[in-house]
Amino acid sequence: MDWLTNIFAISTLLATIRMAVPISLAALGGLFSESTGVINIALEGIILMGAFAGTIVTNTTGSPLLGLIMAVVAGIGMALIHAIASVTFKANHIISGVALNLFATGVTFFLALVLTGGSQISVESSLPKFLGLSPVIYVTVAIFFFSGFFLYKTKLGLRLRATGEHMAAVDSVGISVTKMRYLGVLVSGALAGLGGGYLAIEQANFFTKGMSAGRGFIGLASMIFGKWTPWGAAGAASLFGFSQALQFRISIPFIPDEFLQMLPYLITIAVLVGAVGRATPPAEDGNHFLKEG
Amino acid sequence: MEQDNHLQADPLIRMKGITKRFPGVLANDSVDFSVGEGEIHALVGENGAGKTTLMKILYGIYSKDSGRIYFEDELVNIEDPKAASELGIGMVHQHFMLVPPLSVVDNITLGSEIANRGILDREEGKKRIKELANDIGFDIDPEATVADLSVGVRQRIEILKVLFREAEVLILDEPTAVLTPQEVESLYNILNNLQEQGKTIIFITHKLNEVMDLADRVTVMRDGKEVGTKEIQKTSKNELANMMVGREVLLRVEKEKAERGEELIRAKNLTVTNDKGVNIVEDISFSIREGEVFGVAGVQGNGQTELIEALTGIDDFSSGTVEVNGSNITDADGQELREEGIGHIPEDRLDRGMITEFTVTENFVLGYHTFERYSSRLFLKLKEMDRHAEEAVEEFDIKTPSVKTLGESLSGGNQQKLIVARELSQQPKLLVAAQPTRGIDVGAIEFVHERLMKERARGKGLLLVSSELDEIMSLSDRIAVMYEGEFTAVFDSDETTKEELGVYMTGSQRQDTEEVRRKALGKVSLTE
Ligand SMILES: Nc1ncnc2c1ncn2[C@@H]1O[C@H](COP(=O)(O)OP(=O)(O)O)[C@@H](O)[C@H]1O
Ligand SMILES: [Mg+2]
Repeated sequence: MDWLTNIFAISTLLATIRMAVPISLAALGGLFSESTGVINIALEGIILMGAFAGTIVTNTTGSPLLGLIMAVVAGIGMALIHAIASVTFKANHIISGVALNLFATGVTFFLALVLTGGSQISVESSLPKFLGLSPVIYVTVAIFFFSGFFLYKTKLGLRLRATGEHMAAVDSVGISVTKMRYLGVLVSGALAGLGGGYLAIEQANFFTKGMSAGRGFIGLASMIFGKWTPWGAAGAASLFGFSQALQFRISIPFIPDEFLQMLPYLITIAVLVGAVGRATPPAEDGNHFLKEG
Repeated sequence: MEQDNHLQADPLIRMKGITKRFPGVLANDSVDFSVGEGEIHALVGENGAGKTTLMKILYGIYSKDSGRIYFEDELVNIEDPKAASELGIGMVHQHFMLVPPLSVVDNITLGSEIANRGILDREEGKKRIKELANDIGFDIDPEATVADLSVGVRQRIEILKVLFREAEVLILDEPTAVLTPQEVESLYNILNNLQEQGKTIIFITHKLNEVMDLADRVTVMRDGKEVGTKEIQKTSKNELANMMVGREVLLRVEKEKAERGEELIRAKNLTVTNDKGVNIVEDISFSIREGEVFGVAGVQGNGQTELIEALTGIDDFSSGTVEVNGSNITDADGQELREEGIGHIPEDRLDRGMITEFTVTENFVLGYHTFERYSSRLFLKLKEMDRHAEEAVEEFDIKTPSVKTLGESLSGGNQQKLIVARELSQQPKLLVAAQPTRGIDVGAIEFVHERLMKERARGKGLLLVSSELDEIMSLSDRIAVMYEGEFTAVFDSDETTKEELGVYMTGSQRQDTEEVRRKALGKVSLTE
């Protein structure tokens, strides 16, 4: 029963937290974007961009802090493209997101090859740990507390959420729908970018092609499972983090390890099948704002 | 006369020569419109006359192509709703601008939030909202979620939203179209209270009764033009109706004698139970014969909707039987009913009656598209469908650029005509018509009524459910009053009055249960 004790070991708990960080940041990012009605599946590519930018900047400046900041900036940059395409030019949100994901995959792989000749780059330094955990983890927790407060207790948060539910109503009281949507999308880019930077600099200590490995999508699944609330998203992301932590930690007799590694993805599917339909997304998800007259 | 004094004073708002063109439509054609301070001013006209456009220009949603707007005798430029708000003009839209998942206080304050350094002060907001509501005579729970509230309450929230922004002029776009009679009554009270507080009110409506009840003055529009402004004391419903339509209108329908033939439908002991185990429709029986209109009167929400939905196969009866021409159709679905020759004009045309994203043709065949004339084994007969739709557009005078136009671009009246055209074109033996003229203009109402009477003359049966007593009175041969799920009275239409029906509708009186049942099943008329 070795595997059973492994599940409940403190090390599994810590691994869960570490795994949950990029997923929960993506989930929260998705939530900010969708709270204004913009679907952002580019989160996947944004994580990858953040990881890559963070790695390069950390290695060239020697500062993981600068690396993380650049990861955030790269995320905002990607998100800006998404906002321009889907808000200003009213492109289909999904198509814009797919394009950005393909772009991120290609560009990071290409630049990694050009810069280092390989598809894997190791990160040379990371932030000093605090109580055994990366400071980014504490920052993430703080971000969640702040977001919960921001979205539900502040004027701007109310305006963001109203935009995702009824754009015409928001417009009719003199609030700019476009500004709200840009804000939501850019925040989502910043958060997912941070998640990517954390993934490369703080967690894996290397960059490798395609290292986001579905975390952006799992983040979106967490957002849905969490019913578009910050705390729900955090809980769901933790569940996925737990399943990712387990996949490397347990090996159950007669069950092939490869099967266990599928676990996070299987759980994603199971959760989505179970949760979708009951949760209602923001009413304006994926819609464009067309002003009349 | 006191009232006349302030009407004679300089108008608060003057719109001069307003013109607005949309692609292919001249929505406002050099319109003049003025409103005096403190008056209730009705703006009437058929669908598409340009009323909403004119008011959206005043509220800064649409930009005008030409014309001037004066506010307190000063030329103003209202380029967006914000500018209108600053002048103290607020608008309650026909389609509510509320965010359903948010609370009442969040909805009302949105955009003018009460906040300290960005942090919402909801307590202060709630207090202010309660005060505002009390001032105009109602109570509201500011913490409730809008999605859980009735249409009537939502409209009050919209009014509060406008008042919260300290509007002195309120524009209401067809405020009563979505309300039940009781809700209309309390809206009247609210508007009267607002007038007493010195507010100026412009309200758009189709319903001439409301104009006569409420307004000080009325402006009529037709085809984008202003055709006249009248003081209420100096005009009549008939005059206004003629101005709106541009010709003589019959406010009363000509009902020819129709021979009553065979019994078409016999319903016995129908009961509908909701998921909480409550009987929404209880033990209802009736029969309708060829050439007969059976009207069901009642205040909305007394089980009419549920009765219709179960009859037309959308929902199920928990007990009872329905026979049509001797065959049992109690559990038949919509498709089987259509095959039996039972047509249905649903209560809510957007929800049940049509798919607005579909074209006129597609909506015209909807529900009949599997019938042989529109579909072979594999393919739809598209040409045939278009041809029939074109004929119907012609015959029913549906205003649409083409049959390929999407249903959503039709005005409400034309959408309704399309649904009526669809159901009548299939030559049903029995037509179930629920609120067939709700929210449409006088001209279209007249048309629909005429068509329904024509069907009756041809020996068709009609089950008419309506909350408009005038409609019930003028079309029906027999009238049942529905109260709390039961028929509480049945009359021959020429033996009763609106006032009498009104008494039964409130539930303060009822006839003997056996007698109601006998009369509803038509047993009295058999002894004639
Ligand atoms: N946003 C718009 N785009 C194009 N046409 C419009 C628009 N709004 C209104 N119209 C057209 O302008 C005319 C007047 O419409 P409207 O002002 O809504 O009439 P009413 O409120 O009197 O029913 C109609 O023919 C309508 O189809
Ligand atoms: Mg209108």
